[in-house]
Amino acid sequence: MRFLLDAEQRAFADSLNALLTAADTPPVIRAWATGDRTPGRALWSRLADAGVFALAVPEAYEGVGPLPAELAVAFIELGRHGVPGPLVETVAAAVLLSELGESGSAKRLLPALASGEALATVALPGGGPFVLDAEAADIHLTVDSPEAPTRDTTPPARLHLSGSGSGPTGSARPSLDPARHLTLPHPTGELLATGPHVTHAAAQALTWARLATAAQSLGVGLALLDRTVEYVKQRTQFGVPIGSFQAVKHQLADAKIALEFARPLLFGAALSMAPADVAAAKVAAGEAAYATARTALQLHGAIGYTAEYDLSLWLTKARALRTAWGSPAECRAEVLTVHGPRSTDSAVSGGDPRS
Amino acid sequence: MDLDHSPADEAFRAEARAWLAAHVPLAPLPSLETAEGFAAHRAWESELAADRWSVVSWPTAYGGRGVDIVRWLVFEEEYYAAGAPGRVSQNGINLLAPTLFDHGTQEQRARVLPSMATGETIWAQAWSEPEAGSDLASLTSRAVRTDGGWLLSGQKTWSSRAAFADRAFGLFRSEPDTPKPHQGLTYLMFDLRAPGVTVRPIGRLDGRPAFAELFLDSVFVPDEDVIGEVGQGWRVAMSTAGNERGLTLRSPGRFLAAADRLADLWRTHADPADTALRDRVADAVIGARAYQLFTYAGASRFAAGEPIGPESSLNKVFWSEYDIALHETALDLLGPEGELADTDWSEGYVFSLAGPLYAGTNEIQRDIIAERLLGLPKGRR
Repeated sequence: MRFLLDAEQRAFADSLNALLTAADTPPVIRAWATGDRTPGRALWSRLADAGVFALAVPEAYEGVGPLPAELAVAFIELGRHGVPGPLVETVAAAVLLSELGESGSAKRLLPALASGEALATVALPGGGPFVLDAEAADIHLTVDSPEAPTRDTTPPARLHLSGSGSGPTGSARPSLDPARHLTLPHPTGELLATGPHVTHAAAQALTWARLATAAQSLGVGLALLDRTVEYVKQRTQFGVPIGSFQAVKHQLADAKIALEFARPLLFGAALSMAPADVAAAKVAAGEAAYATARTALQLHGAIGYTAEYDLSLWLTKARALRTAWGSPAECRAEVLTVHGPRSTDSAVSGGDPRS
Repeated sequence: MDLDHSPADEAFRAEARAWLAAHVPLAPLPSLETAEGFAAHRAWESELAADRWSVVSWPTAYGGRGVDIVRWLVFEEEYYAAGAPGRVSQNGINLLAPTLFDHGTQEQRARVLPSMATGETIWAQAWSEPEAGSDLASLTSRAVRTDGGWLLSGQKTWSSRAAFADRAFGLFRSEPDTPKPHQGLTYLMFDLRAPGVTVRPIGRLDGRPAFAELFLDSVFVPDEDVIGEVGQGWRVAMSTAGNERGLTLRSPGRFLAAADRLADLWRTHADPADTALRDRVADAVIGARAYQLFTYAGASRFAAGEPIGPESSLNKVFWSEYDIALHETALDLLGPEGELADTDWSEGYVFSLAGPLYAGTNEIQRDIIAERLLGLPKGRR
């Protein structure tokens, strides 16, 4: 049992952090928000060269995966630097295609995802009502069922593929995070597969999407904490740094506690890839990041409430990621699905032993 | 990175599970904060010790099994999953014993540890004073040199388990005129039944004497009961405080088992429409797992030779607030039955309320987190 990142994983995180720091992401995020995707695609390509998207793609399709722990490492850094785009969605698309076991479409599409040539977006059951960044994506995958499930039967799922420019149009809704573009799914195009194996592959893809979102959230939270700690050290009021006030310190200590206890849940989930573990990690990371966002805003004061100050790029993302790929309530319900009773002892007297 | 236990660890788990299945009392013991319960728990310590399960991480010479921290965590998971009783020896085992391993003499270890392991001697902590709680450096109880030892005088308070315990340990001011308050303190062990000691039990919220005040009037302590160097008590005690807040005071196994029982309670008592309560149950399950994995990560760092640092403050705030939230959720699930004082849930609830107060208040821990982990400037408390 050695539950720590190994040297190679730490070096991977450090190299991504260095790459993204040098890339100066805030202008890239702002450009993406206004629909200028050139800097975002250039950054995407460099992340792909560093191996990020190959982590979810099996070796048979020119990837290096599946490597969920390394993916979690990478997505913490992507969140830390606020990288825009359908990052989680591209991972989910890669998992969906590789899990289908139909080598035709996998061979056709996966190498381009691994290499960063193609961005994908995807709509899956349980993933939420919107498709992210459809206009920017080269590949659109939609899993749906032609009829509603009943108590006894689950109708066969269908997977549709459509390409760039043929995705949903006219239904765009603005996100609270200006760097995210939302549309409603529109299952059209080539029918790639249908049947229970599509349902299974979609469930696997959902688990990976939640893991990546949890990691991204943790990174967003860590960035918010770091920026706020730096700010309160240099911002003075009443002649002293506001970071010397106990009321300020305690809010930041709480943020630190929440983030540091989400981290082991994330890596534990990456090791097991059990849906309940991943859901737990998503709840913890999402709630920690969001609570940190609220603290960051409060401690920055009015400057933090402006779009021109970079903090806003992370503040809005923390809120958006909280409900992306499974709301806290959905994920909490998932946690309890496997937590069945283990005994028939009297519940009232069955409290925990005193310490 | 992995979470896999070795085959030897799993064999150890199986051995512990089998022993516990055969020995854990079928009916819960009475509260250890009562005379009757204290005696029953003392007998349980003795039963554990007879088969070397009371202090598995200690060297075999003192009654342990010499297992590493990972195996200790495994044992604790099994211990609480089996519904075994709370440990009446925990103050000695978790606070005094690590200090003796780090700072005690060979003679002290040989004299003190075996009877601690068997429950024959139960130890109480005697840190706080009426004017010295979280600001421990301001304590004023004195140790005055005398022939062959020291005379202790003053008042200690909030001394957990002292109502029924045998001996105690704490800090005393041996040099009254030092330039800084944390200098000139000496770490001593003393007998709660020695001449000059008056123990006044204090009822906690539910009236049970979970702690006591100690009035000391020229209580003689021989030189052999000084731990570490005279005047260096602060340094000695701080290593104990690190242990207290660190990896060993509240084992994850305790919370994993409690969260399991809470989930059971939810399944039998829940109103399915009450999603707010369901979410709190889920958070308790998530929190137990988070604490387990956080501890495994800490154990991995410790096994790799890194010391337990200020991150133990993260730990202390987390488990103490988690413990309350878990018990509040259980009482809320029980509805009007949650008011009953004679259930393990209500006993656990009352116990949990003290968590943010002792072992350094959570306010102090948050200051430590902010200053030492986040690098924020010191300020007025």
